[in-house]
Amino acid sequence: MFGPLVVKPGSSKKNKTGSWRIETRPKYLQKECIACKLCVAICPEGCVAGGEKNTYHCDYDYCKGCGLCAFICPKKDIEMVKEGSKE
Amino acid sequence: MSDMHFNSGHTACSGCGQSLGARLVLEAAGKNTIIANNTGCLEVFSTKYPQSSWGVPWIHSLFENAAAVASGIESALKYLGKKDSVNVIAQAGDGGTADIGLQALSGMLERGHDILYVCYDNEAYMNTGIQRSGLTPFDSNTTTSPPGSHSMGNIRPKKPMPEIALAHGIPYVATASVAFVKDLQRKVKKAISIKGPKYIQIHVPCPLGWRHQPNLTVPVSRAAIECGLYPIIEYEFGKLIAVQRIRQKPVEEYLKLQGRFKHLMKNPDEIKKIQDIADNNIEKYGLRLESQ
Amino acid sequence: MKQFFEGSHAVAETIRLCKPGVISAYPITPQTHIVEDLAKIVADGRLNSQFVNVESEHSAASVVLGGVAAGVRSYTATSSQGLLLMAEVIFNIAGMRLPLVLTCANRSVSAPINIWNDQQDSVSLRDAGWIQLYAENIQEAVDFHIIGYRIAEDKSMMLPVMVCMDGFILTHGIETVDMPTQEQVDKFLPPYKALYKLDVDDPVTLGALVDPESYMETRFAIHKTHEEALSLIPKIAADFSKSFGRTYNGLIEKYRLDDADRVIVAMGSVCGTIKDVIDELRSKGKKVGLLKVTSYRPFPAAAICDALKDVSKVAVLEKALSLGALMPLATEIKSAFFGRKKSPKVISSFVAGLGGRDITKQSVKDVFRLLTAKELDGEFIDLKPELLKENYE
Repeated sequence: MFGPLVVKPGSSKKNKTGSWRIETRPKYLQKECIACKLCVAICPEGCVAGGEKNTYHCDYDYCKGCGLCAFICPKKDIEMVKEGSKE
Repeated sequence: MSDMHFNSGHTACSGCGQSLGARLVLEAAGKNTIIANNTGCLEVFSTKYPQSSWGVPWIHSLFENAAAVASGIESALKYLGKKDSVNVIAQAGDGGTADIGLQALSGMLERGHDILYVCYDNEAYMNTGIQRSGLTPFDSNTTTSPPGSHSMGNIRPKKPMPEIALAHGIPYVATASVAFVKDLQRKVKKAISIKGPKYIQIHVPCPLGWRHQPNLTVPVSRAAIECGLYPIIEYEFGKLIAVQRIRQKPVEEYLKLQGRFKHLMKNPDEIKKIQDIADNNIEKYGLRLESQ
Repeated sequence: MKQFFEGSHAVAETIRLCKPGVISAYPITPQTHIVEDLAKIVADGRLNSQFVNVESEHSAASVVLGGVAAGVRSYTATSSQGLLLMAEVIFNIAGMRLPLVLTCANRSVSAPINIWNDQQDSVSLRDAGWIQLYAENIQEAVDFHIIGYRIAEDKSMMLPVMVCMDGFILTHGIETVDMPTQEQVDKFLPPYKALYKLDVDDPVTLGALVDPESYMETRFAIHKTHEEALSLIPKIAADFSKSFGRTYNGLIEKYRLDDADRVIVAMGSVCGTIKDVIDELRSKGKKVGLLKVTSYRPFPAAAICDALKDVSKVAVLEKALSLGALMPLATEIKSAFFGRKKSPKVISSFVAGLGGRDITKQSVKDVFRLLTAKELDGEFIDLKPELLKENYE
């Protein structure tokens, strides 16, 4: 007989940590983006993606709103906006 | 989203330097990696049953034994003839590395296992509520090194872990920071390309324990390097082959960003002591940009 | 083929036949000869295995934990302080359901420091979740390691097995041993196939944090698996008998119990001495017998009660203490009989042989002599009262 022992890889995706955001969230303006990918690299949640210039975005299901992407963006193309404000 | 080695949905605090560091390490190491993890924040926030953030084989046993568990995994891979195609990483926080796990780590380094050991240094026992570790910096305010009428905080400087690792005669020792992603990932890739035991210590801010805003994780870690308190160094086969040179800023620039040093702000004598530590680092490793 | 073997050497040769791919150990008397012999066996190329010399028993246990978690049969051996230093890992290995075999060369526990035999070390870890088998002689020590791997790696078990053999008495003693052949062992013990392992082609997470919602079930499952082991162990032992020709029950052994009115219950090498005394007393017409407990965990309460239900007086003779309470084995035997219709009139508890003091035939006769209608709770045999007169005031 076995109890809980083995956990499936990557199963934390079920846990939508986006609900943790209280005050602000990043808004990806997609205007000045140079596709440097710094926002992808710096996200502690690993929830930022994109390809070509001006295609970068974060997954609000997981984004905790820390603001590191907005800080790191060399083009100031990500801004922190109030949680709940319109796009 | 971009990689599936370390997945979203973990329960680290917002702006956590350790979760960022762990993702960067594994992204650089790649899919063919097995991880042994000590007890600590990283283990807790990434593997709360029934969920796991890890996309690679991952095991946690105890607080102090990841280096020994990894030694067993590496030995098993050697026995199976698979060691050349699989990386083994042992990882832990600063307490799990410099304090309770030091013996197991020393054994792993001395025995010559082909393992990369990664220490995520957030400079205190954060998982249990910000208690002082052997890697807590001088004068830092933690819950077990509180300043008071008879104390200015943590009474000792950081244990020189990179030198301790280096003294084992291992082929690769480096420090890195989440503030410099490319450098960090380059070092991980280089380390795993070298056979034998490797040690990388990564400075990972903890917004909760250091008491700074989550969005300051990068500037705080950058400031630690720029003032000389966290030297970014790289040793290969016992020789210092690279350092990150700096235009030195006063340590106050770094200290003032964090609540853990707030009690020092009106105490120039204490700040002078910390400045001396930074100055010594700069001399010791030749960090000054002007000296080039 | 029957040969003279030192116990440690016989165990090392047996482990070679079991083919562990990872061996790790830290030296401690009286375990040393086992691991020295294994190191030489590996050095001579007689066994393809990674022999990892570590800096502590804590790491020895952690290395074999890692080895078996990566899907490779692994082995370690220790004793006394070494087992206690491993204690944290010992609990962890069982909790993670990793099927290891460990030899415990039973030795006393400090303080005072003493390198000689008793069973305080392994008895102290009885609650860790390991199956514990106690060998009476070197032949049993050999056979229990082979049986141990079969039990541990059974798909329904996935539990570690500790083979306990009395330090020096068995580890350094020399006896005639029927050493199994590689063919016999290979036939009985198939290669280890892990139900879960660290594999880059099929990644899993092992050792996750389990909160109050799920922790109890994991522990319950280990407990239930021990219950299942009570029926599996005799089955595997019977299977062993078929292949190797030596018969074990695996849980208990009854020696001249049929009409016995006075019986000693004991574990390990002392059972040999007790058997000799029983033969002697039987020749004089005394109805005495022995119940040997082989499996201390799982504890075969039903089998013990069944074996002793018609016995009038039972003496539990043990080499370990639960300081401040009734002796450990006696406690469990008494509790096993609680509420049963048929039970012995007297269950007396005796302690002997601590820290290597010889348990002689006379010691055993003294136990039988003291086994009267008056129940004794923890009577120390061969105690020297003159040594208790020290006064440090």
